[in-house]
Amino acid sequence: MTLPSSIAGVNAWTAAGMIAAIVLASTTGEVLMAAAMQSIGDLDVIRATSGLRGAIRAVTTSPKFLCGIFFLALAFFSLLFALNHLALSLVAPASASLTLVTNAIAAKFFLKENVDHRRWTAAALVCLGVYFLAH
Amino acid sequence: MAHHRLSPRQYLILGLVAFCAPLGDACLSRGMTGLPPISFSHPQTLVAAIFTPWIALGISLLIGFFASYLTALSWADLTFVLPATAFGNVIVELLARFWLREPISVQRWIGVALITVGVSFVAQGPSLTERPERETTPAEEIAQ
Repeated sequence: MTLPSSIAGVNAWTAAGMIAAIVLASTTGEVLMAAAMQSIGDLDVIRATSGLRGAIRAVTTSPKFLCGIFFLALAFFSLLFALNHLALSLVAPASASLTLVTNAIAAKFFLKENVDHRRWTAAALVCLGVYFLAH
Repeated sequence: MAHHRLSPRQYLILGLVAFCAPLGDACLSRGMTGLPPISFSHPQTLVAAIFTPWIALGISLLIGFFASYLTALSWADLTFVLPATAFGNVIVELLARFWLREPISVQRWIGVALITVGVSFVAQGPSLTERPERETTPAEEIAQ
């Protein structure tokens, strides 16, 4: 992979590392979060019977949810750190488009979702679209 | 896979997912670029940044996004919900063009078209993977 020698004064590999950290932490967090919500079930049903407090309790007492929060917080602080050193036009589309692809792969293998041709095509189109929006 | 149709309320929640995320990110960017550079040796300055107005507004919007996102994940697959977050970029472009009257390049229009086609691909399919053998969720126990 060839990267430009520097991006806004930051070494190109350091920039790639910052973006990779966001993508990795974000994917782990989102997969854990999706797994937690799958195991809890439809929140609208829980809220209809147990109220908002019951729905919040169901979510916040899930260990997978808490682990997901940890990784998403890690992704958030990685994003803040990266935004402080790199342009939003690089960080936002790069992390968003890469996260779409890594999430589709992780959803297929860890969440056992049926990621059919339609969803792979959609992930690729959206990924390309985000790239075009940023350039 | 059975086709799980979404109600208007569920589409509204997906709309909130799409709207709140890009607006929140834009506020965070506005806040962070106004701060002096933050180094690895002083990570506590990142925590202090949370209490500045633009970052606080960004965080509020992202909390709204997170609540909608969790609700959506409770009745739809991750690979169904994620393109909705990317569709937020399309909404921002359309607002910039027709509300703020900003010029949009051909490349950006291509990006808008690609995301829209991608999202419509997913939206036509089922929202949830059928799982024949699985444990009863707390929501299903309540419904029974």
